[in-house]
Amino acid sequence: MDFGPYLLLASLEGAVGAAVLALTAVGLSLVFGVMRVVNVAHGEFYMIGAVVAWFVATTVGTHPALGFVAALIVAPLVAAIIAIAADRLVLKRVNYDPEATIVATIGILYIIQQAALMGYGPEARPVEPPFNHRIALPWYDFAAGEWFYPWGLGTTSYKLFVIAVAIVLLLGFWALMTRTKVGLVMRATQLDWDMAQAFGIPVDRVYALVFGFGAALAALAAVLIVPIQQAHYLMGGDPLLLSFIVVIIGGLGSVRGTVVAAILIGMSDGIISVFFTPTLAKIIATMVVALVLVFRPQGLFGTKAA
Amino acid sequence: MGAVASLSLLQTHGLTRRYGGLTAVDNVDFALPEGQVHALIGPNGAGKSTFVGMVSGRIEASEGRVEFEGRDVTGLPTHKRIRAGMAYTFQITSIYARLSLFDNVALAMGNRNRDAATEALARVGLDDRADQIAGDLSYGHQRLLEIAMGVAQAPRLLILDEPTQGLAESEIEGFNAIINALRGQTTILLIEHNMNVVMALADAITVLDQGAVLATGAPEAIRADAAVQAAYLGSG
Amino acid sequence: MSAAQKSLALHLGLIGGLFALAFILPTYHHGNFARIMVLATYAIGYNVLFGYTGLLSLGHAMFFAAGMYGMGLAMQYGGVPALPALFLGIIAATILAAVVAVLALRTIGVAFMIVTLMFAQTGFLTILYFGEWTRGDEGFVLQQKVRQIAGLDLSDPMTRYLAAWVLFSVALLATARMMHVAFGGVLVAIRENEERTRMLGYNVFAHKFAAVVISGAIAGAAGAAYGLLFGYVGATFASVQYSIFPLLWVLLGGAGTTIGPFIGALFMFYLIDYSSGLTSAYMLIAGVALVLLTLFARAGIAGEIKRRWAPWLP
Repeated sequence: MDFGPYLLLASLEGAVGAAVLALTAVGLSLVFGVMRVVNVAHGEFYMIGAVVAWFVATTVGTHPALGFVAALIVAPLVAAIIAIAADRLVLKRVNYDPEATIVATIGILYIIQQAALMGYGPEARPVEPPFNHRIALPWYDFAAGEWFYPWGLGTTSYKLFVIAVAIVLLLGFWALMTRTKVGLVMRATQLDWDMAQAFGIPVDRVYALVFGFGAALAALAAVLIVPIQQAHYLMGGDPLLLSFIVVIIGGLGSVRGTVVAAILIGMSDGIISVFFTPTLAKIIATMVVALVLVFRPQGLFGTKAA
Repeated sequence: MGAVASLSLLQTHGLTRRYGGLTAVDNVDFALPEGQVHALIGPNGAGKSTFVGMVSGRIEASEGRVEFEGRDVTGLPTHKRIRAGMAYTFQITSIYARLSLFDNVALAMGNRNRDAATEALARVGLDDRADQIAGDLSYGHQRLLEIAMGVAQAPRLLILDEPTQGLAESEIEGFNAIINALRGQTTILLIEHNMNVVMALADAITVLDQGAVLATGAPEAIRADAAVQAAYLGSG
Repeated sequence: MSAAQKSLALHLGLIGGLFALAFILPTYHHGNFARIMVLATYAIGYNVLFGYTGLLSLGHAMFFAAGMYGMGLAMQYGGVPALPALFLGIIAATILAAVVAVLALRTIGVAFMIVTLMFAQTGFLTILYFGEWTRGDEGFVLQQKVRQIAGLDLSDPMTRYLAAWVLFSVALLATARMMHVAFGGVLVAIRENEERTRMLGYNVFAHKFAAVVISGAIAGAAGAAYGLLFGYVGATFASVQYSIFPLLWVLLGGAGTTIGPFIGALFMFYLIDYSSGLTSAYMLIAGVALVLLTLFARAGIAGEIKRRWAPWLP
C-alpha cells in the first residue's frame, strides 16, 4: 500500500482508539476534577465492562445485537455499583486523602483484577459484534487521475458505529454537565467543596455518584471496544495508562482538555503504532507525560493559574 | 534617618511584589536598626505578610532589593537567609505537631543539646513539657513553642507574624514579657494587629497601607499622625 | 536501658537471630529467608524515602531493576566478574536516582507519585524495547560458574543465605545510624512539615535529593544482589508490581520504623507464598492488604507496637 492510503487506514484505526479513550479518560478526569483524587483502579472498571459484556452476550445469546444492547445497559450499571461500593467502603473512610486514596485504589485494582481471574479465568474471549460489514474505501490516484480501491484499505461498519456512539455519548455528557441540575451540582462541588456543603449539596452522595459515573463511562467504553478486542482480566492496564496520559496532557480535571488530548493521543497512538513499534510509542508517551507533569503541571492545553 | 541607616541590620530598597495586575507591596524602602523592636502595622491586605515574606525569601520579589547585615540577599534562597541569621514565625502556627517539644526546638537549633533546648523552652515557660508531643499542647502554648523555636535559632533578626493572634489576655501579657526579655539581644520585626501590644513593645512603628509605607516613626508620633488615624487607627 | 541502647540491642538481636536461623531453618524456609532478606533490603531503601522523608514513590522498581540489569548486563555481555558487576549495578541505580530526583522533586504529592510511576513505566518499556539484549519478559539466566565472589559460590544455599544476611545487616545498621544523626532528623522534619523546615534554614531540596539517591542506591543494591544470588534477570522486576511491593511491605511492617520493612516483607512473602498454593489469584492478598492497611492500620505492625507498647522503637 502507498503512504497515503496507509495513513488513512492508520487514522481510522486511531479514531476508534481515540473514541474509546476519550470516554475512558473523561471518566477518570471527572473523578479527579470533582473529587480531587486519582483513581488507579479506573482501568479495572473498564475491564469489568468488557467481562460483563462477555457474560451478558453469552447468556442472552439469541442475536448478537440483543446481547450487545443488554451489555450496554448492564455493564455500566455493574461497574457503577462496584465503584459506589468502593467509594462508600473505602474512599469515604480515608476522607479522600489524595495519597491514601491512591494506595487504596491500587488495592482495589488488585482485588477487582484478581477476582476477575478467579471468576472469569485467564482466557481472552471474543464478543461478537452486533453487526459487522466490511467497507472498502476508495483512494484517489493522482497519476491515473481516478478513484480506486487499494487492497487492504477498509474498515467495518462496527468501527464507524463505535466512533459515532462515542461522539454521541460525549455530547450527552457535555449536555449533562452544562444543562442539567445534576451537572450543576457536580460542577459546584468541583469548584468549592465547603461552599457546596454550605449550600446544602449532599457532597457525600455527589462523590458516590461521580465515582460510579466515572466507572460507568469506562465500562461503556469497554463494551464498545470488546467486539474489536477481546475480554481479558489484565486488559485494564493499557487504558489506565493511556487515560492517565490523556488526563495529564489535557490538564488535570479539565473535561474539554481531556477530550482534545484523547483525540490527539488516540489518533497519534494509532498512527505512531503503524509506523513504529507499539513499545517505542509507549516509551515516548510515558516519558512525555512525566515531563509534562514536571515542567507544565497544568497540562499542555491548560492555562497557568496565577 | 541617614545616620541610622548605616547601622541598619535590615534594609529594603524599592521592594515590590505584584500578583497579576495587583500590586501587593509597592516600592517599599525600609530600614531596621540593630537591636530595635519594630512593629509593622496596617489594615488587612496592606501587604505586611507579603513584605516579610520577601524579606525572609518565602516570596520572590518582583522588584527591589533586600539587604541583610549590609549584604544583598535578594537572590539568596530562603534557607540561606535563615542561616545568615533570620528567624521567622508563621502567622498560622507551624510546628512539628507529631514530634516532642524537645525535637521541635532541637530542629530549630540544629543540634540536640538538651540544656540549650531546655533554656529556650524556659524562656516561654514550657521547659517542664519538653517531652510532650507538640500537637497535644493548647493553641496558646503552640504559639509560645513557635516563639521558643525562633529564639532557639539565636537569630540576629526575629520576624514574628501576628504572634498574639488567638491568644488570651493573660497569655498576651506573658508574650510581652518574653519580648521584653529579648530586647537588646536580638532585633525584632513584629507584625501585629493588637495596638496595645504594639504600643507596649515597639521602639518604632511602620504603617503600611495598600502596599506602600504610610508613615514611620516613634509610637507617639504614629499615634498622633492624622493620615495614620484616617487609614487605620480611626477604624479600629 | 536508654532508647538508643534498646534500639541497638533490637537491631543486633534481629541480625543475630537471622544469623542463627541460617543453621536451623529447614531447606525450604532457608531459601525463603534468603529471598526475604534481599527483598527487605529493597524495602529498607524504599522506607528511607517513603517512611522517613514522606515522599511516596510509585516507581521504585526502576531502581531495583537498574541495579539488577546494571549488574546482569555487565556480567552477561561485558564479562565483568560478580563483585565489580554488583557495584556497577549500584552505580547505575544511583545515577538513575539522581536524574529522577532532579526531575521528580520539582513536583509534590500526587504529581510526584505519578511522575515516578511514569518514569518507572518508561524504564520497564525500555527493557522490553531492547529485548535483543535484555531478553525482555523472558529474561536471562546468569550461569552458576560466573556467580562467584572470592571463590565463594553464590548459588550454594548457605553462601547465598549469608550473602543476603550481610547485605541486609549493612542496610539495616546503616539506615538506623542515618536516622540517629542530624541528617535523619531533618528528613523526618521535612516529612512532618516541609515549609517549617525550610524556614528553619534547612536546604529542603538537598535533603530530599539525598534521600532519593540513598533510597535508590539501596534499592539498586538489593536488585543487583537479587539477580546475582538467584541467577536470574528479568523484566518482571521492573514492572509496576515491583514498585507496589515495597510500598506494601513498608506499609504493613510500619513506615518510618527501622525494622518495619523486614517485618512487612516477611509477612507478605509468606502470605503470598501460602495463598499462591491455593489460587493463581494470589495478588488478591496484596490488594486486600493494601485496602485494609489504608483503612485501619496506617502505622503498620511496628508502628502499632511503637504506639501502644514501645515508644522507644526506632
